[in-house]
Amino acid sequence: MTQQIALEGGPSLERIARGEGLALCASGSWTARFAPALERLVAEAEQIADSKPNVSIDVSGIARLDTFGAWLIERLRRNLGQDGAEARISGLSTNYASLVDEVRQVGTAELPPKSGLSLRGPIEKLGRTMYAFFDDIVALISMMGAVLAGLGRIVIRPTSFRLTSTVHHLEQVCWRAVPIIVLITFLIGCIVAQQGIFHFRKFGADVFVVDMLGVLVLRELGVLLVSIMVAGRSGSAYTAELGSMKMREEIDALRTMGFDPIDVLIVPRLIALVLAVPILTFLGAMAALYGGGLVAWVYGGVDPEAFLLRLRDAISIDHFTVGMIKAPVMAAVIGIVACVEGLAVQGSAESLGRHTTASVVKSIFFVIVMDGVFAIFFAGIGI
Amino acid sequence: MTEAADPIIRVRDVTVQFGATKVLNGLDLDVRRGEILGFVGPSGAGKSVLTRTIIGLVPKLSGSIEVFGIDLDKAGKAERRGVERRWGILFQQGALFSSLTVRQNIQFPVREYLKLSQRLLDEITIAKLVMVGLKPDVIDRYPSELSGGMIKRVALARALALDPELVFLDEPTSGLDPIGAGDFDELVRTLQRTLGLTVFMVTHDLDSLHTACDRIAVLGDGKVIAAGTIADMQASQHPWLRSYFHGKRARAVVGSP
Repeated sequence: MTQQIALEGGPSLERIARGEGLALCASGSWTARFAPALERLVAEAEQIADSKPNVSIDVSGIARLDTFGAWLIERLRRNLGQDGAEARISGLSTNYASLVDEVRQVGTAELPPKSGLSLRGPIEKLGRTMYAFFDDIVALISMMGAVLAGLGRIVIRPTSFRLTSTVHHLEQVCWRAVPIIVLITFLIGCIVAQQGIFHFRKFGADVFVVDMLGVLVLRELGVLLVSIMVAGRSGSAYTAELGSMKMREEIDALRTMGFDPIDVLIVPRLIALVLAVPILTFLGAMAALYGGGLVAWVYGGVDPEAFLLRLRDAISIDHFTVGMIKAPVMAAVIGIVACVEGLAVQGSAESLGRHTTASVVKSIFFVIVMDGVFAIFFAGIGI
Repeated sequence: MTEAADPIIRVRDVTVQFGATKVLNGLDLDVRRGEILGFVGPSGAGKSVLTRTIIGLVPKLSGSIEVFGIDLDKAGKAERRGVERRWGILFQQGALFSSLTVRQNIQFPVREYLKLSQRLLDEITIAKLVMVGLKPDVIDRYPSELSGGMIKRVALARALALDPELVFLDEPTSGLDPIGAGDFDELVRTLQRTLGLTVFMVTHDLDSLHTACDRIAVLGDGKVIAAGTIADMQASQHPWLRSYFHGKRARAVVGSP
């Protein structure tokens, strides 16, 4: 085999004047390996042979031919033929005749031109994005409705509730998330306390760090941090799971078997999430307070007893309630966004990636918007 | 069966083990240059495993595999790349890149190995599509917008993009209608004749075995239990071969003139 390759020369296309006309003698191996060189040879020959009336292409010297070579010979023949000149192919061995016949069937149909760059593009894209935003809102609201209907069906017929599936998802999104959530909230608690002490010390108000830590962690930080972590950890997983099921027609299969994907796939996931986030928020808040207390003791000199006394005075049960009320709402927002994005996945791997990203970005965005709405609401009712 | 003088694939004493089960157990196989070898066997016997072992996707416990006379275990990176450039593989599900269009899928291997003008690339892409029996207007579609048969054809066009010497086809006609499958067999035959291809075809399609294959190898108990022409297979007394080539489906195929 190697010998054969070594013996083969590169391709060539000799031009021999033959009376009035011109003979193009192709030889060597006209294969994919030499395709760039072949393309140049053919282009040169086209230019030179353009004016000649009688052109023939002699291919008897070709040692090896594949689709690339056959197509270039065919292209040469066509281009020479168009200008009123007669181009014939001669010396074709029977081996290669069928290959040349095969490429001869290729039409000359031009491909539709690609749309060029213009000012219209970006403006059109902006318009489509706006429309897509409204479509998103509609999709979220309709998913919310579908989930409520699904919950209604469970209330009417409690046996249709998928307990096993819910417990499985609860393990995934709650139990397995505990270590990382506790670790991160603990560290954030430490950092907040350290920063508080560092700056309050200038006013001799070290001990107020306890007030700040308590209010901040219980009202805002605990639930926000946990929601963002859950959106990144579980929301993305939901989108990817549902999306790949959609890609492989598993969701269509469910539907044809008479199951509602909302009941089978989405309601258990959402219930698991709505149960998980309050639990994680509570654990997270405790871990953050613990971390803050530790730093206050070691770095700020506030001993644990004083910390607890101060904490009891500084915060009321309202702060804790505010945080915990928000948690299930955040969970529902994350879950619904994740499921909508999962079901919107199209057939390609790229689409799956895009929707998973969108799921995380949108759910974090909505979590923060909801937090703002809650802040206004609680300020309004005075707690 | 005489030993082939110049086998393009030489598999010797190959054992592949998954967990405690030996899927392939001391398997020997030769594929000769220029032939279409049909590879059959019961479902789950390890046909796809052998294909994937030859192309290096499944590690083997022992044995040696030579493709184009090169032992792939001993080959360096560049040598391996050289071999990979000379074969094309059609996976069972097509394995088209879902985020690329048909055009980009077919041009992908060509761009990687050859520096060609966009015009020639597009022309070659259309030529390949026409060769596998598709209309050029599918060129800008995504794989998710194609039917099962079209995916197979585009995947074959991609496998043939670099005009390989050897193609592996993993159940190329499964999921095609009988006419489409017949066309596909005809196509493989034509390509083998025109391009001098060697084809290694895993199949269950008796029609394909009759019309397209020069030789058939049968896998059973982790070994090649028989290899030869369709006539040899029909004459064999092996119980699995008897029921395979003389069953109800086989009679329908053989019985038709």
